[in-house]
Amino acid sequence: MPVMSYIQAVTAALKEEMQRDEKVFVLGEDVGKKGGVFRATDGLYDEFGEYRVLDTPLAESAIAGVGIGAAMYGMRPVAEMQFADFIMPAVNQIISEAAKLRYRSNNDWNAPITIRAPYGGGVHGALYHSQSVEAVFANQPGLKIVMPSTPYDVKGLLKAAIRDNDPVLFFEHKRAYRLLKGEVPEEDYVLPIGKADVKREGSDVTIITYGLCVHFALQAAEKLAEEGIDAHILDLRTVYPLDQEAIIEAAKKTGKVLLITEDNKEGSIIGEVAAIISENCLFDLDAPIQRLAGPDVPAMPYAPTMEKYFMINPDKVEKAIRDLAEF
Amino acid sequence: MSTKRHESLGLSNEQVIEMYKTMLLARKIDERMWLLNRAGKIPFVISCQGQEAAQVGASFALNRSEDYVAPYYRDMGVVLAFGMTAKDLMLSAFAKAEDPNSGGRQMPSHFGQKKNRILSGSSPVTTQVPHAVGVALAARMEKKDFVSFVTLGEGSSNQGDFHEGLNFAGVHKLPVITMVENNKYAISVPIEKQIAAEKVSDRAIGYGMPGFTVDGNDPLAVYEAVKEARDRAVNGEGPTLIEAVSYRLTAHSSDDDDRTYRNKEEVDEAKKKDSIFTFATYLQEAGILNDELETEINDEINRIVNEATDYAENAPYAEAESALKYVYEE
Ligand SMILES: Cc1ncc(C[n+]2csc(CCOP(=O)(O)OP(=O)(O)O)c2C)c(N)n1
Ligand SMILES: [Mg+2]
Repeated sequence: MPVMSYIQAVTAALKEEMQRDEKVFVLGEDVGKKGGVFRATDGLYDEFGEYRVLDTPLAESAIAGVGIGAAMYGMRPVAEMQFADFIMPAVNQIISEAAKLRYRSNNDWNAPITIRAPYGGGVHGALYHSQSVEAVFANQPGLKIVMPSTPYDVKGLLKAAIRDNDPVLFFEHKRAYRLLKGEVPEEDYVLPIGKADVKREGSDVTIITYGLCVHFALQAAEKLAEEGIDAHILDLRTVYPLDQEAIIEAAKKTGKVLLITEDNKEGSIIGEVAAIISENCLFDLDAPIQRLAGPDVPAMPYAPTMEKYFMINPDKVEKAIRDLAEF
Repeated sequence: MSTKRHESLGLSNEQVIEMYKTMLLARKIDERMWLLNRAGKIPFVISCQGQEAAQVGASFALNRSEDYVAPYYRDMGVVLAFGMTAKDLMLSAFAKAEDPNSGGRQMPSHFGQKKNRILSGSSPVTTQVPHAVGVALAARMEKKDFVSFVTLGEGSSNQGDFHEGLNFAGVHKLPVITMVENNKYAISVPIEKQIAAEKVSDRAIGYGMPGFTVDGNDPLAVYEAVKEARDRAVNGEGPTLIEAVSYRLTAHSSDDDDRTYRNKEEVDEAKKKDSIFTFATYLQEAGILNDELETEINDEINRIVNEATDYAENAPYAEAESALKYVYEE
């Protein structure tokens, strides 16, 4: 099985879907000739031409809105937001239009659009090139939000997103792009949206997280295994709507739950995960649910000292797991 | 007698009578909705009154079995011309389950009907502009000959989506026609406080497309402008911005009292140019419409509106729990 980086898995999924279905096309800023500022659409312009890899004007609401219109017609647009931070001008199109279209038309219309956006910090991106924006969209029924953690998951989930008949936000951790490599089958496969995945079986502490933090958790878990602390790691993969069943099962498994996000703590995805656990697992818990998250400041600062302070890392995770194991 | 205007535009007598009937039907449905609102039977109305000529004139210039429309809330004339029925509209006014726009989920005048290629709309103004551009992009990609047609109010032409959408269409020379229905007011705020340019159509130059201002009370003038725009669009010459100037004859909506911001004289003056009457006069002078035909048309429309009202009033609401349906594909 070939080994691919996280971003190569993005490109592979796009390319295979465009080969499979002529209605699939990519649009966004610099996605064409340049192949994207991160090179996620590298080579696609040469293979599929100007219209299927469309360089749009610099206007995010139009990228989303034109994509939604094309999707209403029956195309399968994959819109790229150059950075998740710059999705904000498109929020009205995503929340008022894409999310509500099927519902408001009583199932007459739908918008099978995928919106990809690189998110996340630890790349010296400062306030506006580091954010996690999923919580903005995670109370909008009609949307699905996918945040994969491995190249394997990227390929299978991006294909699923493109084939999905409803709008999907697909957030890719930009630090994972070249940092993470893994085996990715060459053949066609899709992974189910809405299903979490156990990334490590364990019996002492349950960690529920998503995105790059899955890797920090895996690294911490390996280290703690030497001390005899056995961590169970659930990767949410889809952060909206949440896989409640998998969350409940993972929480019950060890009775000690650590939730991790790179986002600001208050109002983040993991707050909802905590609510699901407290509604369903009261008598199975042996410790209070713990949250490890970014601080409640507007966004990640630039200077390395402050950036490091904001970011989650394996050491922070290790400490949090150990504290919980000892509770 | 010299060639009549509609004939020189290639319109038959039957077609202009059909236009007139569609305008009148829109007006009569609208008037009935106000009565129903004031009688406490329907919670909300937002009117097409004063804009029927622009809506119907434009629609008749389109290919009504292939083109896509993204109408805004006043466009009863457009959706009727594109195949929605009086019954459909009344079902929506009464928020009944059979309403094809939304099954009673949205306020009335939030149009949408896939079988007639009427894109579903929402309440935040101007979001439909990029959608129409997206449909036009699909036409280009699929090498199809249809165009998309999108409308909005002049106040709404200040939204970012207007600028973003038209610029996108201009850059890629897409087959989309944008018609701003300038009725001089955005709720209470007059056009002078909305736009510093002399005309809304002046904005077209910034998007690299032709812009035209036409008399929105004259369905034939609007027909001509949209027809030419459509020809350009299917010839690969790109988008057009059309401003149809008329006047909003009613308050903004059933929840508005326009006496707080405009005077009666102004409204009365505008009523003299009401297209329902001026177009009837044109048809009479052209020898196409006489008293007998007019009575016949009025009787027919009355019957249609009565039947639609009765049907919708007696139709069932959606089951309460159906509120949970169709969030995602089922
Ligand atoms: C984004 C947004 N802001 C405010 C409103 C409230 N609103 C509804 S209609 C309207 C005025 C629109 O005026 P115009 O575009 O001229 O259209 P008209 O109603 O005159 O046809 C306003 C402010 C809205 N629907 N959407
Ligand atoms: Mg107006």
